[in-house]
Amino acid sequence: MKWIFVGSATVVLAIIFSIILFLGLQGVRTFRDVSPVTFFFSTEWLPDENRFGAFSFFFSTFALTFCSVLMAVPLALSGALFMAKIAPPWMRELMRPAIDVFVGIPSVVYGFIGLTVIVPFLAKRTGTIGYGILPAAIILAVMILPTVLSVAEDAIRSLPRKLEDASYALGATRWQTIWRAALPAATPGIWTGVVLGMGRAIGETMAVFMVIGNSPQFPKSLLDSTTVLTTAIVKDMPHTFYGTTWNNALYLMGLCLLLVSLSLILFIRVVSRRGERL
Amino acid sequence: MNANRMADRIASLMLWLAGVTILCVLAWLLWRILAGGLPHVSFRFLFGRPREIQVGGGIGPQLFNSFYILFLSLAFSLPIGFAAGIYLAMYARQNRFTSFIRVSIESLSSIPSIVFGLFGLLVFVNWMQFKFSILSGALTLALLHLPVLVSVTETSLRAVPVSYFEASLALGSTKWQAIRKALIPAALPNLVTGVTLAAGRALGESAALIYTAGLSVSRRFPDFDPMSAGETLAVHLWYVQAESVVPDAKQIAQGSAAVLVLVVLLFNLLIAVPSRLLQKRLSGGK
Amino acid sequence: MSAIIELERLNLYYSEYHALKNVSMDIRERSITALIGPSGCGKSTLLRTLNRMNDTIKGVRITGRVRLNGRDIYEPGVCVEQLRKNVGMVFQQPNPFPKSIYDNVAYGPRIHGVKKKSDLDEIVENSLRAAALWDEVKDHLKKSAYGLSGGQQQRLCIARALAVNPQILLMDEPTSALDPISTLKIEELIQELKARYTIVIVTHNMQQAARVSDRTAFFLNGEMVEYAETPKLFSNPQDRRTEDYITGRFG
Repeated sequence: MKWIFVGSATVVLAIIFSIILFLGLQGVRTFRDVSPVTFFFSTEWLPDENRFGAFSFFFSTFALTFCSVLMAVPLALSGALFMAKIAPPWMRELMRPAIDVFVGIPSVVYGFIGLTVIVPFLAKRTGTIGYGILPAAIILAVMILPTVLSVAEDAIRSLPRKLEDASYALGATRWQTIWRAALPAATPGIWTGVVLGMGRAIGETMAVFMVIGNSPQFPKSLLDSTTVLTTAIVKDMPHTFYGTTWNNALYLMGLCLLLVSLSLILFIRVVSRRGERL
Repeated sequence: MNANRMADRIASLMLWLAGVTILCVLAWLLWRILAGGLPHVSFRFLFGRPREIQVGGGIGPQLFNSFYILFLSLAFSLPIGFAAGIYLAMYARQNRFTSFIRVSIESLSSIPSIVFGLFGLLVFVNWMQFKFSILSGALTLALLHLPVLVSVTETSLRAVPVSYFEASLALGSTKWQAIRKALIPAALPNLVTGVTLAAGRALGESAALIYTAGLSVSRRFPDFDPMSAGETLAVHLWYVQAESVVPDAKQIAQGSAAVLVLVVLLFNLLIAVPSRLLQKRLSGGK
Repeated sequence: MSAIIELERLNLYYSEYHALKNVSMDIRERSITALIGPSGCGKSTLLRTLNRMNDTIKGVRITGRVRLNGRDIYEPGVCVEQLRKNVGMVFQQPNPFPKSIYDNVAYGPRIHGVKKKSDLDEIVENSLRAAALWDEVKDHLKKSAYGLSGGQQQRLCIARALAVNPQILLMDEPTSALDPISTLKIEELIQELKARYTIVIVTHNMQQAARVSDRTAFFLNGEMVEYAETPKLFSNPQDRRTEDYITGRFG
């Protein structure tokens, strides 16, 4: 019986290796026709003319992730502190399932809301078409909020009681105890939450696809139509044929996404191990 | 010190504001989707077939495909995920192999769904020649949810008090018997909750299915052939918004969004909550 | 020496459970008072009443008076944070913050408004000297407090409590988690601190009470059974129950 279980665990190992392998093999074929320098640093994405510079995609991905994390983390952290330290039990019981529902809403639905509510709102307010990194960042911030919040809340709740006792016994108020003793001590766990949120933001496809504009250019502002790595893949895939450079380039972008998310996981592991030593 | 007390009160206020804001955002989202979409949801909408050009298309086949792909993918991933979870919870020792597996599972769960879609496209659609079909989609989805199932299984098993296991062994059972007869039944509520929530999320999946299950539906309804085209409701929502030329595209999209959210709410509330209640009763009302 | 703490018919209830029964006692300034008794007799509860740390527990009810410097500390207008600044506490398990040694000691002054670095530096040095820890850590102030030994961590917690300049120091079994040598060091420290602070110490170690304190109070089931000068309580106890406890017949 035991070997069935071991076998299943090995299957899981095999899967991740094959994903890296397959995508890697397919993606690296791009470099037969495009130099890595061009691919990573040129902003000219013109597949019809065989020009494959994906720098804009990398930049927009980075910018989008940065903006959405910036918007989400303060609110998520406040919410986590609220739930862990301030909220009365009935409020906590209300918020827990609420967060679960947040997580459960499909990303296309978030994208749909972004498209029908946020984009027109921004268009009216700023006189642009309303698409771009800004609406995508807003939507993503709402999407990653529950992730960051629940991990941060767990970290704060699992702090030992004696830490707070020490602070109160010195005459600190509740807020001082939270701000000066609890938060600093929960920092590794909070970082884990933030990085997990980042991972989700980087990898989100459909919601972003519906509001970001999707022209393969370098964004000149937060409200300029652009493309990120995930949406580039989703948008171009139907127009390509298996085996062409264009097709391979998309797989290469998928490989990059894979490697980025793997390194984020490794980063989390290192940070939490450092936190454990304290 | 008055300044400190003031700061304390202001901070508490701000944190309350944060909590209430989060709830309000959620409420607004739900209201917007359901109020906008439910009026368009009729019997004909739920079970009718989509139209290419005319008004009045329905989502019947897509809804069917969503559930079909879900069940099929669970059929693939549950046994493996379950078994791997049992391995990690009951048999694994602290060695490199185990750490390796844990890292793999965490890594798998962090990979963007579009990357799974690419993998599925490469391996299932092209290489194995399954083409754009329910089968390709189900296999891809199975991969996507494998890590979640493994960790849900492991967590649920670990949450059962060790005393159950030891009691069974003390009565002379084998390890596998103890797992099967004592641990798994006790872990069942947590397991069901976890799998249900994962299933709810699977129903909303789109990026992994666009290029594996495809963008069209079969002509017959219902069609149980796993090789037929398998556009799901989530994918359809995007398609209708982006490409469709039907005059009532917006209404169809709204209706689809409402149905999707309703199904998720259903999964969350109707199945997960009684599970939690059952669990509380089993553990003596903690 | 005047009485600085006066307890008058203090009763404490944890919901329905009557934890402290009609306790009345006076504690003199700059003295060391030991509270002894078997587990669960209420001595720690009494200690926590003096700095209102019991407020953090739900369902606690108090009748009677607790006066500090003549004023009832449970009166409505009292600022709890100021009270706790004035009545410091050292816990059974050393509980430094996961911060540097310097930041641990500076924590208290910082929350009460001290901002200038030179002021903080001075307070940190004075407190660490008073806790007999300065020489051991003066070159490592930025290192994590968790790198210290158990005995050093407890002295750090004492320094931390002293840094806010309290009148009174409450110590809840401060050496029960430490080895004999650290214990002795801290007992010496307590004797030194008596010159400037009023100390109330809870201990389940009778020899420690006998070594260290001026007056000792014996508690049993929430009642204060006997309260006298330490030598007298141990050599000539008035109450039968006290004698039984001291001679080891129970507890």
